[in-house]
Amino acid sequence: MTEFLLLAFVFLIAGVIAVPIASRLGLGSVLGYLIAGIVISPVLAALGVDVIAIQHFAEFGVVMMLFLVGLELEPRMLWNMRARLLGLGGLQVVGTTVLVMAVALAFGLYWTIALAVGMVMALSSTAIVLQTLNEKGLMKTEGGQSSFSVLLFQDIAVIPMLAFIPLLAMPELMDLGAEAGHSDAGHGDDHHSDGHHDDGHGPSLSLVAGLPAWAAGLVTIGAIGAVILGGIYLTRPLFRFIAMAGLRELFVATALMFVIGIALLMTLVGLSPALGTFLAGVVLANSEYRHELESNIDPFRGLLLGLFFITVGAGIDFGLLFGQLGLIIGLTLGLIGLKAGVLLVLAGIFKIEGQDKWLFALGLAQAGEFGFVLLSFTVANQVIPSPLADQLLLVVALSMLLTPSLFILFEKVIAPRFVTSQERDADEIEEEANVIIAGHGRFGGIVNRMLRAAGYTTTVLDYSAGHLDMLRSFGFKVFYGDATRPDLLHAAGIEKAHLLIVAIDGKEQINALVHYVRENHPHVKIIARAVDRQHVYDLFAMGADEIIRETFDSSVRTGRSAFELLGMHPFDAELVSRKFAEDDRYILKEMAMVHDPDIPISENEAYIEKSRTLMAEREAQIFGKSKAFDLDSDRGWLPPSEKDVQALVSGYDKQSTDLK
Amino acid sequence: MSSIIVYYAHPGQNFSRANRQMAKTARGLDGITFVDLYAEYPRHDIDVDREQARLLAHEVIVFQFPLYWYSTPSLIKEWQDLVLQHGFAYGHDGDKLAGKSMLVAITAGGSYEAYTPKGYQHYPLRTFLTPLEQTARLCKMDFLPPYVLYSALKAEEETEIAAHAKGYGQLLSALRDDTIALPLPTNHDVLTAPDLGTLLSASEEG
Repeated sequence: MTEFLLLAFVFLIAGVIAVPIASRLGLGSVLGYLIAGIVISPVLAALGVDVIAIQHFAEFGVVMMLFLVGLELEPRMLWNMRARLLGLGGLQVVGTTVLVMAVALAFGLYWTIALAVGMVMALSSTAIVLQTLNEKGLMKTEGGQSSFSVLLFQDIAVIPMLAFIPLLAMPELMDLGAEAGHSDAGHGDDHHSDGHHDDGHGPSLSLVAGLPAWAAGLVTIGAIGAVILGGIYLTRPLFRFIAMAGLRELFVATALMFVIGIALLMTLVGLSPALGTFLAGVVLANSEYRHELESNIDPFRGLLLGLFFITVGAGIDFGLLFGQLGLIIGLTLGLIGLKAGVLLVLAGIFKIEGQDKWLFALGLAQAGEFGFVLLSFTVANQVIPSPLADQLLLVVALSMLLTPSLFILFEKVIAPRFVTSQERDADEIEEEANVIIAGHGRFGGIVNRMLRAAGYTTTVLDYSAGHLDMLRSFGFKVFYGDATRPDLLHAAGIEKAHLLIVAIDGKEQINALVHYVRENHPHVKIIARAVDRQHVYDLFAMGADEIIRETFDSSVRTGRSAFELLGMHPFDAELVSRKFAEDDRYILKEMAMVHDPDIPISENEAYIEKSRTLMAEREAQIFGKSKAFDLDSDRGWLPPSEKDVQALVSGYDKQSTDLK
Repeated sequence: MSSIIVYYAHPGQNFSRANRQMAKTARGLDGITFVDLYAEYPRHDIDVDREQARLLAHEVIVFQFPLYWYSTPSLIKEWQDLVLQHGFAYGHDGDKLAGKSMLVAITAGGSYEAYTPKGYQHYPLRTFLTPLEQTARLCKMDFLPPYVLYSALKAEEETEIAAHAKGYGQLLSALRDDTIALPLPTNHDVLTAPDLGTLLSASEEG
């Protein structure tokens, strides 16, 4: 227990210190984590920690990340991407594999080894690239989308690679092949020789092991179908059931259960868990629970990916590195150059231009975490000799370590040259939803209908599952979640929102939401609903842009209807109501000036004094005249008196006389 | 029989003496549609379809209002802007009002003398009604001689105003029953209650 706590503390403190510093220096969080890993590697070594084992655990962060990426991607968008996905991705993987293989052959490696090295190096780091693209807001650019297509294809390509690599096995080439026992990915063709419980990472369970190919294929397709159909038909009733309990942590647990369950199912049928969760994400992209899932999974993804990056940093074998410094660095730079070259050529073919071309080429130029997986797999299957694998591991890690600096190169040197073209593109990368409506009850619902009728795109957050069902039947697009939670606001896109409409109930929640958004997102305009007069002052002090009293307008209208039914002329009733509302707002505003949220009203001298004065004014009006309202607006309709007319006449006569 | 609609527009009915009596008279007549515009549209949200249907259903369109700044109260202007649509009231295919008549019944604060070249209003009252007359012409309607009460502020309720309101009722009834032939207006003609008396007795004789 103590050991676990110590380990967790070491990882956490390294991240907590390094990442903010790296971010402040503009290096991005990934480099921060990597450096943190390098710094704590001696500590980890001293504690005898199995960094690689932790890394495999942390790779689950990649699975979660792809789930989140899927959530952002509607099926239609994925379909639109198919050309880029297959074309760009396919050519990148094949081209890089062939070229790396050629170089390896030139270094005198046997062809099977060279091919395996090519495949390992063809893959890029989904974790680093997506994390960085999101962090820098480049995900929606052409370069970002192209990068994503390639990464997605690579994630899919890992599966046939895992199937293919065992065929390259050449035990006679393995000088130190005996070490090959530390594989954790031993699910290849060797299951018939009871090869799965050959290591300490647990037996590889499988649903398809031992089945004939056609049956295995059916099971695999069935599993994918189960994910898609389950995503479409089961999530809604499941989440509704969970929502009835009204416990926040249950949602987190459900979301985790969901992702882990899919990952498990995919692993059992021998598919990439990342791919499976990605699919599930795409299926759920249209669900009203999307933002809820997103905000629940996101912290885990962040922590696990951070852990993963730290282990990459910590996993660098500095002894080996400094032993062969020139060679390793040369290989790394050569690899980056070669990969970037292939990507540049592809960018040319696919007409990716300007700064997007460079973002695409530099961003994907590293080797990735799947490289680690494939390397240990190749060693286990006696495809690549262990000493070579150690060197390659170092090259992969080093190329990942250099990636943030490539992004910095892109940002500081390349992007500025394309500023004008970027400005022209700005419209395309604009996220569409720019109004967030928190609360879709009777109040927010009407606001939403109005905005949508006028063609505005809204993101609606509501916390009542029953309510959502009702809205769904009317065809509204709403998301489940507690709008006062910063992470959900983030998932709903508060950073890019222009306007937040606070239509939730409960003074405390309204205050929390307004306060949080005003403090953290000053650019967002806030329309807030006030429960009562006192609340108006609170919201005023917090800096809400527009404050609407929730029952004021309907009360005034009720008063107006009463006037009409009591026989007042409708136009007079209208004028009186307007006057009343205006008066009331005036008083409210005057009182807001002297209201201080930190002083209770009973102790606020200025407030009491002001209130007395206004009261006196009102009373004079009420008792001094026969009517409660001295209608300024009546002035226009009061006919001039006969005296006025006489004055006019005599004035005219005088003028006429003067002229004579 | 002609069908008549009276559009009454007065934003300050509490302060009205002449128009109130006139409205009361008009409202009490059989076979006349009486519309208090400010009561129907206190928020100026005019229902264009409904108003156009009303126009189609009537042959004589009456506007009754106090003259404000040489023009109508603002709601009538709003009504004109919205209801007299291109394609309905004027322009291409805009002949839905052709052959109908428009009567303006107004009260003016100034005396007859004020509305003379030597008076403080300088122009004859009729001149200020030119926009309404041209509106009628553009809509291919007959513009009847306006029915006017001068010196409305000074007028005695029991005598002058009562007589004017009574005349108003007689005028509307005669138009309804087609028992009066009004002269087509020249630039200077307006009808006052005494003028009307002469005309009505002439019609009876004829």
